[in-house]
Amino acid sequence: MMEKFIDHFREALDASEGKEIRLEDRFRDYDEWDSLRYLSVIAMIDSEYDVIIETSEFKKIETVGGLIEEIGKRIKT
Amino acid sequence: MAYQKIENVRISGISACVPKTIVSNINSPVFLSAEDASKFISSTGIKERRIASSDICSSDLCYDAAEKLIGDLGWDRKEIDCLVFITQTPDYIVPATSCILQDRLGLSSECYSFDVTLGCSGWVYGVSIIGSLLSTGYFKKGLLLVGETTTKTKSPTDKSTFPLFGDAGTATCMEHSPKAPPMYFHTGTDGSKHQVIYIPDGAFRNPTTLQSLNSEEVEPGVTRNRLQYIMDGGAVFVFSITKPPQSIKILMENAAIANEEIDYYFLHQANKIMVEKICNKLKVPVEKAPTSYELFGNTSMSSIPLTMITSKRRELVNSRLNLIICGFGGGLSWATGNIITDRIVCPELIEI
Repeated sequence: MMEKFIDHFREALDASEGKEIRLEDRFRDYDEWDSLRYLSVIAMIDSEYDVIIETSEFKKIETVGGLIEEIGKRIKT
Repeated sequence: MAYQKIENVRISGISACVPKTIVSNINSPVFLSAEDASKFISSTGIKERRIASSDICSSDLCYDAAEKLIGDLGWDRKEIDCLVFITQTPDYIVPATSCILQDRLGLSSECYSFDVTLGCSGWVYGVSIIGSLLSTGYFKKGLLLVGETTTKTKSPTDKSTFPLFGDAGTATCMEHSPKAPPMYFHTGTDGSKHQVIYIPDGAFRNPTTLQSLNSEEVEPGVTRNRLQYIMDGGAVFVFSITKPPQSIKILMENAAIANEEIDYYFLHQANKIMVEKICNKLKVPVEKAPTSYELFGNTSMSSIPLTMITSKRRELVNSRLNLIICGFGGGLSWATGNIITDRIVCPELIEI
């Protein structure tokens, strides 16, 4: 799931294909990150994983790895 | 469950009115750069919007829409038994604007008139309200006026709200008709999220004080005061891709309607991302969900009738259409309807 997620995430950010994305990255520090990218990430997680992360929950997630973990938790339950 | 079937009522006509003034987003000073502006336009699809000047109120837009529609229908205005005006930007705090409109439109003093405060779910709610009032046949003709000068509530220095919205007013005429096919509605409310779309000060919970006028920079490109509209974009987005598609599915299941039977899905025009996302969730091709956000932005409760007029006017006039209508927004409040329109009167878009 990890590699696939990173591809989807890069696409949702509208970042260049060469952009390196690591699990420990704080995605809010990316140059690309803004309110529209945020919506596009929520939409991507919904369409790819059928998971909707509420704003209050999303605020608690800091890293790319954190996002993957949250999605993993929700897919199981 | 908030599910209703309303019988013996038909929609006779729909009209819409917008201000002449066009404001384009590409040159808008609200964006920090031209790149910012073009990113915004490509994601939201909103190129330009109509903005009411300081002397145009929601009621003025609705008045012109109503005058034209009543004239085209050839209705005797003394026969209009009920008037409902839905807005979040009334003429005054007191009294109800519907009373002022009753007089301006020359309706009977016996006309049952009141205001409703709802946002983007307003028009669908309104069709169900007038539908209920006409269903028994005591009232024969009803007028639904729905509109908002929503841009007046937005801070021109708030890029999270200002470039999204446009002003418009609409009129919908409905009448008691025992031969009409039934209308179906499903509605929902989640008041726990009332602060997701919110103007904090200026009414009676938080009356206006001098502090209400202090502008604060919430984040770069987002500066507003407490009398201006706040929108938590992320929360609204999550709501919009969850509740409206659910509500449409519930309605269609209850009314036993299949996707193939529906000619068009007229969805609230929040923006491109939301309209397309809802279509995806419903597995409906985007061509079946006509749009108006490109040239008018999010026109709040007017967006569905405005889209009908600007995108499918000829078909509405010439044919029988089986429609899903779905409005969703502030409250949070959402409403879905299934209506059949049969060769209704639709004047061309009015501009003032």
